[in-house]
Amino acid sequence: MNGVDFLADSLPVFWAGFRITVLLALASYAGALILGAVLAVLRISPAAPARAAGLAYVEWFRNVPLLVHLFVAILCLPKLGVRIGPFTAAFLVLAMYTAAQVCEALRSGVNAVPRGQAEAGRALGLTFGQNLRHVILPQAARTVVPPLGSVFIALVKNTAVASLIGVVDLTYQFGELARDEPGQVMTLLVAVAFGYLVMTIPAGYAVARLQRRAAVAR
Amino acid sequence: MTDPSTPLIAVEHVDKWFGSLHVLRDVNLDVRRGEVVVVVGPSGSGKSTLCRVINRIEPIDSGVIRVDGRPLPAEGRALARLRADVGMVFQQFNLFSHRSILDNVTLGPVKVRGIPREQARRRARELLARVGIADQADKMPAQLSGGQQQRAAIARALAMDPKVLLFDEPTSALDPEMINEVLDVMTTLAGDGMTMVVVTHEMGFARRAADRVVFMADGQLLEQAPPTDFFDHPRTDRARDFLSKVLTH
Repeated sequence: MNGVDFLADSLPVFWAGFRITVLLALASYAGALILGAVLAVLRISPAAPARAAGLAYVEWFRNVPLLVHLFVAILCLPKLGVRIGPFTAAFLVLAMYTAAQVCEALRSGVNAVPRGQAEAGRALGLTFGQNLRHVILPQAARTVVPPLGSVFIALVKNTAVASLIGVVDLTYQFGELARDEPGQVMTLLVAVAFGYLVMTIPAGYAVARLQRRAAVAR
Repeated sequence: MTDPSTPLIAVEHVDKWFGSLHVLRDVNLDVRRGEVVVVVGPSGSGKSTLCRVINRIEPIDSGVIRVDGRPLPAEGRALARLRADVGMVFQQFNLFSHRSILDNVTLGPVKVRGIPREQARRRARELLARVGIADQADKMPAQLSGGQQQRAAIARALAMDPKVLLFDEPTSALDPEMINEVLDVMTTLAGDGMTMVVVTHEMGFARRAADRVVFMADGQLLEQAPPTDFFDHPRTDRARDFLSKVLTH
């Protein structure tokens, strides 16, 4: 069988894997944005215990490899009586892991807002939360778009580790097909790479576009 | 606490360090209702810090600060409520750079005071007219000159109907030709009976608008006197030395 015919035959399998990868990436990113925002608020909070908790979380998830977190979830959760499927485990681990990166991207954006802006908000009588919402975050949003885009692109690539715990994603299907047809491994490699590129490259352009819009709104 | 004899601001035995630097040394200062107190002194004397501790934008290490008879609360909602009554104008203007001039002026009244947006906008336009920049209302801060930005910042502070206005070197970041437009607004406010604490290097303003001049050096409050007494008969060597340097030209 030639490469083109082989690819045409494998397309449904790839497509199924691609959909799982997209679902996993989008779900994890949504979770990471929410959790990361909460963590960022902890890390810039005036309360020292909140800052310490945020810092501990970020250090743990940024400094231990993703794969280790995945194994921790798969091996330890059942021992605690928690029974979850591989997709749920991968989603939770990717969201929690990526939340640490989101937190740091948001925090650096907040830190890039000149100090005087927060002082002016406080001087008006805004509470910490009001100051964040009406003064700091709208200005931080301009600078966090590029790092949040990078975080998303890294996350899309990181979803591939889910294949190791049995999530039937794009990389998993690549492994299956390559085992069945070792002679077609180069063709498969190009196809699986293409599957990731159609997610990551448009994401990069979307970020550039958003960034231009944010700059105009200044 | 509306007893008119209570000082509006009472600074009692306040000390503050920045690391090992003792920036405020046992500072005591009362500001009465309607009074205009101008704080002068050499750079690094702690006068700007004194201004910033009054609404706890900078915390103090010891001593007590009372606003309208009540000691400043710790960081939190009570402090936010108190700050709403204490207007502040900064050296660097600090207008919210992502909001129009009008929205800068309405943010506090709408979010802190709960005033309906339309009412806040009408009042904001009146205030912008009062400081002479009614036609700039819909521009973004970066589109205004420094003098216009600072007048907008004064309007933003006035929109809260504060009991007192703090000015932290309001003209030090301005080009010379814009200083007077800001000082004129401040002089008018002083004439209207606004209670003001003004940290400045503008001796002409101090002479013209102050009820009392406070002289600081090395974190200490060395003299306080009506402007004519202070400028014509300074009592301390430090003040004489300072005045000889700033009044020669």
